[in-house]
Amino acid sequence: MIARTLYDKIWDSHLVDAADDGSALIYIDRHLIHEVTSPQAFEGLRLAGRKPWRRDANIAMPDHNVSTDAQERRGGYAALKDETSRIQLQALDDNCDDFGIAEFRLNDLRQGIVHIVGPETGAVLPGMTVVCGDSHTSTHGALGVLAMGIGTSEVEHVLATQCLSTQKMKNMRIRVEGDLGPGVTPKDVILYIIGQIGTAGGTGCAIEFAGQAFRDMSVEGRMTVCNMAIEAGARVGLVGVDSKTIAYVKGRHFAPKGAQWDMAVAAWRELHSDPAAHFDREILIQAADIAPQVTWGTSPEMVASVTGRIPRTEDMADESGRKGLARALEYMSLAAGANIQSIALDKIFIGSCTNARIEDLRAAAAVVRGYRKADGVKLAMVVPGSGQVRAQAEAEGLDRIFLDAGFEWRAPGCSMCLAMNADKLGVGEHCASTSNRNFEGRQGFGGCTHLVSPAMAAAAGIAGHFVDIRDWEYRS
Amino acid sequence: MKALVQHRGRVAPMDRANVDTDLIIPKQYLKSIKRSGFGIYLFDELRFSDEGWPGKALDQRTVRPEFALNQPRYAGSSILLSRENFGCGSSREHAPWALEDYGFRVIIAPSFADIFYNNSFKNGILPVVLEKDIVQGLFDALYAANDDYQLEVDLPAQCVRTPDGRVISFAVDAFRKNCLLQGLDEIGFTLESAYKIRAFEERQRQSAPWLYDVINREML
Ligand code: SF4
Repeated sequence: MIARTLYDKIWDSHLVDAADDGSALIYIDRHLIHEVTSPQAFEGLRLAGRKPWRRDANIAMPDHNVSTDAQERRGGYAALKDETSRIQLQALDDNCDDFGIAEFRLNDLRQGIVHIVGPETGAVLPGMTVVCGDSHTSTHGALGVLAMGIGTSEVEHVLATQCLSTQKMKNMRIRVEGDLGPGVTPKDVILYIIGQIGTAGGTGCAIEFAGQAFRDMSVEGRMTVCNMAIEAGARVGLVGVDSKTIAYVKGRHFAPKGAQWDMAVAAWRELHSDPAAHFDREILIQAADIAPQVTWGTSPEMVASVTGRIPRTEDMADESGRKGLARALEYMSLAAGANIQSIALDKIFIGSCTNARIEDLRAAAAVVRGYRKADGVKLAMVVPGSGQVRAQAEAEGLDRIFLDAGFEWRAPGCSMCLAMNADKLGVGEHCASTSNRNFEGRQGFGGCTHLVSPAMAAAAGIAGHFVDIRDWEYRS
Repeated sequence: MKALVQHRGRVAPMDRANVDTDLIIPKQYLKSIKRSGFGIYLFDELRFSDEGWPGKALDQRTVRPEFALNQPRYAGSSILLSRENFGCGSSREHAPWALEDYGFRVIIAPSFADIFYNNSFKNGILPVVLEKDIVQGLFDALYAANDDYQLEVDLPAQCVRTPDGRVISFAVDAFRKNCLLQGLDEIGFTLESAYKIRAFEERQRQSAPWLYDVINREML
């Protein structure tokens, strides 16, 4: 038997058809649906008189566009001030009703960001193929899942056929070996990787994250890493299944039970790359080289250590790099060569499918405890990734810690990660954000995003500028 | 889907690397539940210096005259020339919808982000990958031409023809090429293999029964 990678194994076990020209049809076990990329797909089905191929493979929830104001949400969609949002959200409910698709609705405790809710409810399980009309579907790869973002035409295709017409990607492995230093989180690991390989470094590849750093990492931390595989250009990120993965899945609402559980676990134990498996590309990184990271520009690869500085023109290798630097610094109103810790913040956003799980909120709360938000910070908001994360955090008293520090405690949704709802940056405002994209305008027209870990964002909210979390004085 | 076979058109520059889909169409326009009408919001934050929103009238917008698409010499262009990693970021298909609605049918760049590349074919847009220095040469020629610079793109022959008679070939996989040449309904095509999908499901139900009948509306 030829040695295979984890990606090869899941691919092979889902192959429905393959043609000589390299095109293939793969079966999709789980399709996650949200309100922004689905309405045109449902409309397409309707126009062609088609029905979903298999309703029980789908689960839907609103997340991108919902209000995070708990008060406003209590009144349901009717109370939403933004009419276009209301129409889009209502369309999701209506489409799910029309086509018989299960949905966690706005005020359901299980509603939340689709990539947080999928694993949390057991709707996503190891070894599955998972798609969603959202590029951060790569998140689910942390469970040993072949998960990828698709466009709306493909959403329609998956609804109608339960298959994705695609081509096999290349295998790439990124190993991070050694122990991560104190204060260095999964977010810093993935930002560092993107800084090394660039935002197109993984284009055309499925990236497997391997090595001691990922073995030692929690499953939630692996999700943070896989989440941003797409920011390294890879549609797919993966981590092999180990006992942590299985412990994570056990007992989740949709996870198998009884004899089926035993059968599933036996199958899941095979979900890792064979020792002799061939990777088209291999990258090796030493964990000790990774410090807490902060992005200073308008692409996730524009990143530096918290102890570092913004590059100068002469640091850039070529003309396009120099142009990119100049354009980014002009947009960000920052000076070449400035120290990262001199960057002052107007807003703090702790949330998104990258960093709004319970471990993220615990890490941020530990930093904030006993402190007050800096006066210069106009708004610091904490947006849990799901209703269940929110309830868990409240049970642990984390909401009080944030509120006592002057941070806002919101209802779950994508919120200021993409600013489709009322949560956004104003022109020229700088934000320490735990999300995944620092593109121009991403968090609001003219807004300036700095991507960081939850602990780094929390500390910046207290200090008013970036500080090295490794020097933080925790209070009890 | 619109078919594309041969296309000749005016070229416009989008002279930066990593053009992301947030830049192609900002999120405030993604609230629409329609597939059309996104063209007027294409590259919104580059074309205009004020904040735009759905329905804001064009005469209330502040145009950035320096931006290429606002210059008369690029009016009506249908081929966009850009740099590395075009279309990175969000999977939003609103990006190719906006490009197509604006009038673009071909995008030439040294590389594309995977999801965008895929989404383009499904919307009648041909993404053409050419080597970095060839793209640089096209930029030079485009800037050197004082006005109307046109290229001819021939999908069956897999080549781009320049005004000075050069023929630059490009690669494209057979399946996608075929779909675009015919403007094929891919769902209909896949459903011809319905029996294979059913056979797969029968096998998988045996080997992995926990994947079936777990989620339905009544069980929520
Ligand atoms: S939290 Fe942000 S990145 Fe994640 S799904 Fe929502 S909008 Fe996309």
